[in-house]
Amino acid sequence: MFGRGLTSLSIAAAALVTSAFALVFFYAPNDADQGFVQKIFYLHVPLALVALAGFVAGGLYGVQFLRSGDRSYDLRSYVAIHISIIFGVGALLTGAIWAKASWGHWWVWDEPTLVAFLVVFLLYACYWPLRFSIEDPERQARYAAVFAILGGAFVPLCFLSVRFAQAAFTHPRVLDASGGSMPGAMRLTFLLSLGAIALLYMTLFKYELAAKHASIQLRRLKRRLAGDETFAAPARSAAPQHL
Amino acid sequence: MSAHAPPHPPRSSAVVAALIRKDLRLELRSGEAVPAMLLFSVSTFVLFHFGLDREALEGDLASGVLWVTLLFASVLAMNRLFVAERDEGGFDGFLLAPVDRTTLFVAKAVVLLCFLVAVELVAIPAYAVLLLGPSPWQAMPELLVVLALADLGIAVVGTLVGALGIRTGAPDLIVPIITLPLMLPIVIGAAQATAPLLLEGGAEALSGRWLASLGLYDMVFALIALAVFDFLLED
Repeated sequence: MFGRGLTSLSIAAAALVTSAFALVFFYAPNDADQGFVQKIFYLHVPLALVALAGFVAGGLYGVQFLRSGDRSYDLRSYVAIHISIIFGVGALLTGAIWAKASWGHWWVWDEPTLVAFLVVFLLYACYWPLRFSIEDPERQARYAAVFAILGGAFVPLCFLSVRFAQAAFTHPRVLDASGGSMPGAMRLTFLLSLGAIALLYMTLFKYELAAKHASIQLRRLKRRLAGDETFAAPARSAAPQHL
Repeated sequence: MSAHAPPHPPRSSAVVAALIRKDLRLELRSGEAVPAMLLFSVSTFVLFHFGLDREALEGDLASGVLWVTLLFASVLAMNRLFVAERDEGGFDGFLLAPVDRTTLFVAKAVVLLCFLVAVELVAIPAYAVLLLGPSPWQAMPELLVVLALADLGIAVVGTLVGALGIRTGAPDLIVPIITLPLMLPIVIGAAQATAPLLLEGGAEALSGRWLASLGLYDMVFALIALAVFDFLLED
């Protein structure tokens, strides 16, 4: 059900990621004052943007779950947030490396973008504990959806209020009106990297969805074969166990 | 048709008022939340005195200490807010009643707001005596505006998180870890707005953008809370 088109999607993602990296290393010019290390930008910014978009998508799936009661939306919401958290770790690590290389510190507090991202990340890190602490699967799905909606609304609010808090910033604005004042070659490479990471996200999303769905189906079949009495209930889990 | 059924369900405002009366009476008789929050706040001021090794605070530091303390104290109330509903069957009774479920959210948010106001009535004078350098009276009207907006946000989000956490396996863990990042915008807005009011050399003007950011936060989360609270009760 969720596995359809996975092969072609994987090939497309692999091809796009490879060509994006090829552009990053062989086409995009070195930054005038940061030099080679600035190339981490093509990984860092797309990871962060895609992670944030994934958090918001998790909230939208949460809304759909609450509206329809369809458990597959709970699974989608869970997977979207799960992969966003992994991408978020990547964005925080690459950001720290870049900050060390270009500003001289691993972490800079007067950077609204960094701080807001960290806070959003900390909030979503509570998603697993919350799910894991609820045993009843139906309630787990409902409460997780409420959390996902809260978090999805929190993402833009948090960025807004943290950015308010610091009038002056040195973190580059990539998506402002001037396009972060990038020259054409850089902008092209950046947009391609963004597309590549977004496609990578979608591929991983589909993979996890298909895998989770398959294991749920497998458990259902096993239970039907062995009978409900002999089949042990699954261990408590943060991941959705039913569809 | 039962002859005992009322002709029409009670008005929402009457339900909210009844729920608020019930909770405030419970608090007056048992004293579960507010005294603990007060003790916690005053102890935290003492801790900050030693932790920071300062005789008196002013400006940024004074406003930060005040807001972090109030936020932490409010977490205690969030943890207690729905305990009676869960343990004594209040949720079941409420769900059986022919009333709009959102009334429970509104009532609980108002109750939490009352708790916060009651705590602040004592904690802020205590803060002024113990740790605060400049007098808080120099800019009291502005301070009250900031307090009102921030308390409203804490009450709205706190009620929602309290309801989210109460029927998990570990509410005392879940509520604080979700609350702290979620309320960061309130702490930023309130602390930044309060800082110029607590300067040693006399209060400066209140900056409108912090109030706007607090107001926006309150509004967005109040709307979301009204929309999703039903789903935390449905069983």
